[in-house]
Amino acid sequence: MRKKRRSGLKESAIKAFFFTSGILAVLVLLGIFLTLVATSFPAFREIKLGEFFLNTRWDPTSPEKAEYGLLSMIMSTLMVTAGALVLAVPIGIGVAAYLSDVAHWRVREILKPVVEILAGIPSVVVGFIGIVLFGPAIAKVFHIGNGLNALNGSILLAIMALPTIISISEDSLNAVPRAYSEASLALGASRWQTLVRVKLPAGLSGIIAAVMLGMGRAIGETMTVLMATGNARSFPHGFLEAVRTMTANIAIELGEVPYYTTHYYALFAIGLVLFVMTFAVNLIADVVLNKYQEREQ
Amino acid sequence: MKRVTRKKIVQALGFLALRAAMGLVLAVLFLFLYDIGSKGAGSISWEFLSKAPRKGMTAGGIFPAIFGTFLVTVITAFLAVPLGMSAAIYLNEYAKQTRLTRLIRLSIRNLSGVPSIVYGLFGVILFVNIMSFGTSILSAGLTLGLMTLPWTITASEEALKTVPNAYREGALALGATKWQMIRTNVLPYSVPGMLTGTVLGLARAAGETAPILFTGAAFFLPFLPRSLGDQFMALPYHLYIMATQHHAILQVRPLAYGTALVLIVLVLGLNMTAVIVRYRLRRKQR
Repeated sequence: MRKKRRSGLKESAIKAFFFTSGILAVLVLLGIFLTLVATSFPAFREIKLGEFFLNTRWDPTSPEKAEYGLLSMIMSTLMVTAGALVLAVPIGIGVAAYLSDVAHWRVREILKPVVEILAGIPSVVVGFIGIVLFGPAIAKVFHIGNGLNALNGSILLAIMALPTIISISEDSLNAVPRAYSEASLALGASRWQTLVRVKLPAGLSGIIAAVMLGMGRAIGETMTVLMATGNARSFPHGFLEAVRTMTANIAIELGEVPYYTTHYYALFAIGLVLFVMTFAVNLIADVVLNKYQEREQ
Repeated sequence: MKRVTRKKIVQALGFLALRAAMGLVLAVLFLFLYDIGSKGAGSISWEFLSKAPRKGMTAGGIFPAIFGTFLVTVITAFLAVPLGMSAAIYLNEYAKQTRLTRLIRLSIRNLSGVPSIVYGLFGVILFVNIMSFGTSILSAGLTLGLMTLPWTITASEEALKTVPNAYREGALALGATKWQMIRTNVLPYSVPGMLTGTVLGLARAAGETAPILFTGAAFFLPFLPRSLGDQFMALPYHLYIMATQHHAILQVRPLAYGTALVLIVLVLGLNMTAVIVRYRLRRKQR
């Protein structure tokens, strides 16, 4: 009897231990959020919220008047991300459709891990390629002196978002019930018609989620854009101009800023904006994906 | 008849476009690997791999960076592997479908979407300041560990899911407690899979730069880190420096290419080992 109770106690202790590790994910996420809120809060004793979001000038070290306007960087981030999606979405969905509907299964088994290699290339190496390969190419094609600009960043981010978009889109195409495509083929539709009019619409929610996740990656990517977009602090007017994203700005300035100054806190406020943006994008992807899985069941 | 041929032509063109998309992605990957491989190979020598940088980093090797990356990855593993595995065990073996479980899963998915630079900011506050580890290899490793955690949890859970339920039921039917069941019937079967999935996560962590920028990576150090409180050189950060911050960027370009090659071989090597091991395991389990 006594032995049994002791083993029951041991079991509960073990369960409690595993539970603690499980709950840690929630705590870390919450911790990140609260830390960012607490550390950016002091910045707004000096910076007005309206100025922070609507002013286009960011010049914290100006000797006359320090300015903390985030708008140029938000626009840069959105621009580079949008450019990346314009490139990556059609190509990514195309590759996913190729893998799920065109390729022989043996070819698919080889190509899928090959695409995963792309996901394994460190972002700093992708940025390096942007400097040594894409930069000079862009400069030559558009006859500009320097190829480190928003376009370069968009191309690189597209490449980095592709593996995510491809693998999740392909999963969602494969999850479309076979009966759908069989019915379509039986009615005399070609495989292409079946793909475009039956499978893609049926897998649309998964594809949307894939695009959102790719977008989240692009918004939060740091090293690639830091190295390849030229880092000019001005408001972006076109894809051939140098831009500085929010992530790049944190990376550039946090190393030089004195601790516990308004500038220091303001950089954490940028981090908070980034966190909230990516969190929202990921959450939407999550909701879309869940809805779609519930319907399947 | 005419309609049928048109249908065929449209299909042929459509499939051609899809093949072109695949071809483009393969071409980009090939271009990346070829450029780094062909231009980096010339810099690789025994001296490059085993010596420290010399003459203001315009000559010499990258050994301190290789060593630093190895060391910081070990610290990352110490945090992320056991925690990731036990969180996965909780989710797959203990947790019931409750609101809390859903919250945990939601948090894990969202953690993997948090930008790496934000992990860096969190590391500065939590490890460098609050826990006063300073900018050190310990702070950097722990920051990377937190970032890796969602990946190791997901990978470990995948491995646990491959264990047939009959194994669990068999143990429970013989009167084993839950933990006895996990220890004797679930873990032996799933630990290899968990470890390979984890290695994939660690490979990604080893190539990350943004989280270590402000938590411990150093521009140049004449000596190797001697304790967990020291700063360190890391391969990805070294590549960033050589590519953008060096005073003679064009002169050191071959060294940058060499560093990129070593980094890519290291990360992809780890990746591929894990993928091959996983593939073998799956075949054996079938």
